[in-house]
Amino acid sequence: MRTLRRWIERPEGRALFALLFILVIGCVFNAHDAFFRWGTHRDMLRQVSVYGILACGMTLVIVTGGIDLSVGSVLGLCAVVFAQLSLRRGLPAPVAVPAVLAVGAAAGLASGAAVARYRIQPFIATLAMMVFARGLAKWLSGGEKVSRAVQQPDGSFSYVDLPGAFERLDAKVWGGNVAVVTLVFLGCVALSWVVLTRLRYGRYLYATGGNEEAARLSGVPVRRAKLLAYGMSGVFGAVAGICQAAQEQQGDPEAGVSYELTAIAIAVIGGNSLAGGRGGIGLTLLGAMTIGYLEKILSINAVAESSRLMLTGAIILAAVLLQRRRIE
Amino acid sequence: MPEKLLQLSDIGKRFGANRVLESVSFDLYAGEVHVLAGENGAGKTTLIRILAGIHPEHEGTIELGGRTVRFRNPIEASRHGISVIHQELSLVESMSVADNICLGREPARAGGLLLDRRAQLERAGELCARLGLSFTREDLGRRAEQFPLSVKNRIEIAKALAGDARIIVMDEPTSALNHEEVERLFALIDHLKARGCGIVYITHKMEEIYRVADRITVLRDGRRVGTAAAADCPPPTLIRWMIGRDLAEQFAPRAGPAATGVRAPRLVVSRFTVPSPGPGRPPAVRDLSVAVRAGEIVGFAGLQGAGCSELFNGLFGAYGAVCGGRVEIDGEPVRPESPGASIRRGLAFLTGDRKNTGLVLGMSVERNVSLSSLPRVSPGGVLSPGLERSLAEHYVGALGIRLESVDQETGALSGGNQQKVALAKWLATRPRVLLLEEPTRGVDVGAKHEIYGLLRGLAAEGLAILLISTEMPELLGLCDRVVALHRGRVMGVFDRSEATPERVLAAAMGADVPQGN
Repeated sequence: MRTLRRWIERPEGRALFALLFILVIGCVFNAHDAFFRWGTHRDMLRQVSVYGILACGMTLVIVTGGIDLSVGSVLGLCAVVFAQLSLRRGLPAPVAVPAVLAVGAAAGLASGAAVARYRIQPFIATLAMMVFARGLAKWLSGGEKVSRAVQQPDGSFSYVDLPGAFERLDAKVWGGNVAVVTLVFLGCVALSWVVLTRLRYGRYLYATGGNEEAARLSGVPVRRAKLLAYGMSGVFGAVAGICQAAQEQQGDPEAGVSYELTAIAIAVIGGNSLAGGRGGIGLTLLGAMTIGYLEKILSINAVAESSRLMLTGAIILAAVLLQRRRIE
Repeated sequence: MPEKLLQLSDIGKRFGANRVLESVSFDLYAGEVHVLAGENGAGKTTLIRILAGIHPEHEGTIELGGRTVRFRNPIEASRHGISVIHQELSLVESMSVADNICLGREPARAGGLLLDRRAQLERAGELCARLGLSFTREDLGRRAEQFPLSVKNRIEIAKALAGDARIIVMDEPTSALNHEEVERLFALIDHLKARGCGIVYITHKMEEIYRVADRITVLRDGRRVGTAAAADCPPPTLIRWMIGRDLAEQFAPRAGPAATGVRAPRLVVSRFTVPSPGPGRPPAVRDLSVAVRAGEIVGFAGLQGAGCSELFNGLFGAYGAVCGGRVEIDGEPVRPESPGASIRRGLAFLTGDRKNTGLVLGMSVERNVSLSSLPRVSPGGVLSPGLERSLAEHYVGALGIRLESVDQETGALSGGNQQKVALAKWLATRPRVLLLEEPTRGVDVGAKHEIYGLLRGLAAEGLAILLISTEMPELLGLCDRVVALHRGRVMGVFDRSEATPERVLAAAMGADVPQGN
């Protein structure tokens, strides 16, 4: 009992508790026994992966005490660029992928520079990037989806072949039991875990979020730490954009609208504090699964979208209330 | 016999398994100052919080003017005329002085819907006048953030008194005030006494206790050790009550660098200038020259605005590469440009404000200790948990920091232990020059004594130590030389033998003193 209590007092324990609670709900409201089929869980993991990848970058930024509203737009921009390079120009993946990651990194570093160098509030700086990147995506694509269908001068459509990279990313492996994008998501989680817990720069992120002035006077390179966080958030946005393009088989300039809010919800439901200085990627992983199962359970029980949104809002609030650090 | 305002009887409080107060009784009469003394962790703050309604669950009874009361929250306590001035200021910086003073008791019009600004200004002005605070009408309309800390402190007091409190609790009210402001606070206290208020006063400063106290109550380990009239409780008795043993002479005679042979200068600063904090103001520090030998402790005395803190920040590169003049460490010229660069050159700077600029309170002790030495415990950028743990445990042991584990959150430690964690962080960088700003602020007597011992030991190992303190006994007892600053200039340098409180203070206040060296 005491061990249980100690667990519940830790943020990981509470995040796990929230997830278990959702799973119990899933077992009870189990339309057509869908919850006991592996395919349901595989699909949940696949559907939450793109959001989860964004949430990894969001976590790094939140740890520094900031927020990144631009990730959804960076996703859209990178999906467009990836589709143009790979689908239209036929560049091989080893060229196209690094190029797209560079685009994401540039967007993230630009927000990071605005925050770190020019001391613009993260909310404002990334709001500006959110609007700018969406505009850039529309400009590059001419406002059209970049798909296999190419309009000829005579008005008819011809179709280009889908590059192998698209198929491989949208595939399932291990006997069709795990989606590739889920593995990409887990790779992003692992990378973030290494950065946050094993690297010196990870410690700099926590110190910056915990007390920026004390960190600066302790010799912590606060600016570079912030640049790293926003830069990596941009790279994760690019990874998510590539995955999204592969799943949709096109680069949609409207892709990723409002995804930043889901990414924030995932980080917060996991128990990361927006005040910064605390939290970790494990919490984000648990948060992603909680949100993913919630969506899945509501959809297999055929709950209407209107009710689904209202329920999700209520549950986000409940989860955060549950996880609030007890004050004395 | 004056009226009895307050009687606390058999107050007890536990947090989980941890008992912090055991059957404590305390009373307060109109027109007296009752000092509540005790080391950090003795239970003073908890007792005050119970009185202020912050901890509604407790044992024992509270009687106000003979009636038993029980507060469910701070608002109830304040309605009963109890007002607490906390250690940390609680002003809303972006609101005006008058707004702050009337916060929560705003005069209203139209049935409580509209704020009556004119009435508010009048009430605030009246209150300030009654307290002898000279605020003009314009001052009352200016935002709180535009005033220096000392004025904010008085705004806080005015705010506390806006509700016509009879019982006023002051928790270390002078920790951020300079000499002259402390005097003004004492005058205000006399004024309040004459009006029939009772004051509960908490402080760690010995001189202050005897300056203000009518009676003294000492707590130790959550119990009351004794209550006595101030005249019947001389310092030796008080210290014995507080720590349960006789404190050895606070500043034992020491072997300075002279006794161990004169060593080479470690830090040489010539014509150092720190630019002005704002346009149209004079430089914070002007043409300052000082040399500190290895093993020497040099103190800096100055009133608020003298430039002591700016000097240290400038030397450490906290302002960036904006300072003029020459700085040499062990004969090697260095240019202050950033904290990181300064740390690599062997400078360490213990700031005067633990909470805001010293420690990351939400991080563990281990992570705070290693924060400035991370390159050493993360070869190739990868943290080594083993190296970090042994670094932290070494310094925690060397400084005698009392804790359960180095994984404990730093914010949960007592003030004295937090200060030692901050010191441990800097010693872990293996500095050659140590800049210390108020190293014993908010630290109890026992821990103070230990910190003095540590600093002596560090000097003996060959560190050059520069120290800012507003406590005269600390400056005169600990330092080999004292430099008095006034408006950014050196007004006097006193050797240990010639430094007296009067001479140092006179120089710090700008009086011309012949310079020795």
